[in-house]
Amino acid sequence: MRPAVLTGEYFMTGDVACAEGALAAGCRFFGGYPITPATEVAEHIAGRLPEVGGTFIQMEDEIAAMASIIGASCAGVKSMTSTSGPGFSLMMENIGLAICTETPCVVVNVQRAGPSTGLPTQGAQGDMMQARWGSHGHYDIIALAPSSPQEIFYQTIDAFNLSETYRLPVLIMTDEMIGHLSERVVIPDAKKIKTVSRPRPKGRKDRFKPFEPGPNGVAPMAHAGEGYHIHVTGLTHDERGYPVMTVEAQKAMMAQLMGKIQRNLDDIIRTEAYRLEDAEVVIVSYGVSARTSLAAVDEAREQGIKAGLLRLVTVWPFPEAQIRNLAKKVKGFVTVEINLGQIHLEVERCAAGKVPSFLVGHPGGTIITPERVVEALKEFF
Amino acid sequence: MARGKRKAGRQEIIFTGFGGQGIILAGRILGQAAVIGDHRESTLVQAYGPEARGGACSAQVTIADQPIHYPYVRRPDVLVCMSQGGFDKFIGQMKEGGTLLIDQDLVQPRGFGGQFFSIPSTRIAEELGRKMMANIIMLGFFTAITGAVSLDAARDAVTDSVPKGTEEMNGTAFNKGCDYGLAVLKGREKKATGKAGA
Repeated sequence: MRPAVLTGEYFMTGDVACAEGALAAGCRFFGGYPITPATEVAEHIAGRLPEVGGTFIQMEDEIAAMASIIGASCAGVKSMTSTSGPGFSLMMENIGLAICTETPCVVVNVQRAGPSTGLPTQGAQGDMMQARWGSHGHYDIIALAPSSPQEIFYQTIDAFNLSETYRLPVLIMTDEMIGHLSERVVIPDAKKIKTVSRPRPKGRKDRFKPFEPGPNGVAPMAHAGEGYHIHVTGLTHDERGYPVMTVEAQKAMMAQLMGKIQRNLDDIIRTEAYRLEDAEVVIVSYGVSARTSLAAVDEAREQGIKAGLLRLVTVWPFPEAQIRNLAKKVKGFVTVEINLGQIHLEVERCAAGKVPSFLVGHPGGTIITPERVVEALKEFF
Repeated sequence: MARGKRKAGRQEIIFTGFGGQGIILAGRILGQAAVIGDHRESTLVQAYGPEARGGACSAQVTIADQPIHYPYVRRPDVLVCMSQGGFDKFIGQMKEGGTLLIDQDLVQPRGFGGQFFSIPSTRIAEELGRKMMANIIMLGFFTAITGAVSLDAARDAVTDSVPKGTEEMNGTAFNKGCDYGLAVLKGREKKATGKAGA
């Protein structure tokens, strides 16, 4: 039996590193349904969970998979699922349920080219707006976008920690390229890994209000079967969790769901700058396209173009303030992503006409080359 | 080319063949040898079709001393072909003066004018009793010819990557390929010095 944290140095795919990151974060339940190119996450964790006393269930479909991780989390177990585009679409309704019931869980989307069944074995980054708005109603979400197997290991831990801290589903929006890329992954000592668990209730069980925010703005979470009187529903509810069909209750609940994210943007948003200090042109990118962009920045600089990269480590919430500030001092933005303009729209919105914003996009199925980005920089600026 | 001696700089390698030959595994062993054994940087990109067996597949491996930003192989320095389809698809991408390695029973290097190295890896594997070890034989051959990774690192990575209980058999297969490669190199050296002396 191997331990949950497999300390050591490996040559590992992103999918496997994601599964190992989940175990290191304390994930002990995985409910999923196989789908290329995310199957290896499920396959690997199916073998590993029994070694650490966890549970793996292959559900009948992705709707059930998402429901199962919400249930497991309500019972007090850190839970995850993984999928790709078609499965992500099926999960949308229950992602909304997890938002509304403030249930911590992690959903991994190893993106492939769509729409619909699309290109099962070939990657894309076309689900970024679906990640933001895919479930109905207005809500805030947290989504991360790893750029390497090493990063997906740490981001999966981070995703669990954010999800437990703020009580919501956190999305890892990776792509086929990173999921299937093998690279060095160093798994540190178990003692060096920081894990966070959801706030827990104290006091009288019969007077507990399951949706009453604690001192940090997030409600402590009682687990099923502990004796607390709780009611959990996707209907608009009050602090007791009871359905209340009024405009006032809707306003209060929405303020809670949005507020816990909006008040903590500085704690949640993560970006990384590469050669940005003196950059005149800023490339904005994430996931595998950030790898393209790193190479493009170096090649552009060699050709005399002062380019830099703002890499989005978290894509949602969007780093609006950072783009607005950069818009005051640079010549313009170029967003590099394997879709036909999604995050590009956000960059353009935040640039707000102060400087031009361009897209180097692709309909999906393959990676964007650094040469294409450098050519675009020359053409645009 | 040096045996077991470290090659400096960035090297891009494509292994290609059809699904079921262990092409991706060969790429993974190579990358693992570079990263774990030789303490260098390496990336492996795997490409395959929706069908698990029989379809065209390829493993793109980059080995470098610096972090690898862009992991896709555009102009391979080394192309290893274990199917005709793989050769036909990738030969046009190979770098000028690049090294071509083929399974001589499976690939005809049609229209290729440069120097290449060939081995009957599938036939040797059959003689060893397991056709599916052709990839490991090819990997031994590759290591001897190119020196892209050290022999020790490659051998360790093979032992670490194959199913339990088959380590010795696969080690033998690796050595067979390696010896074959060293013999080919020696033969060419002899020929070259012979020519120079004439």
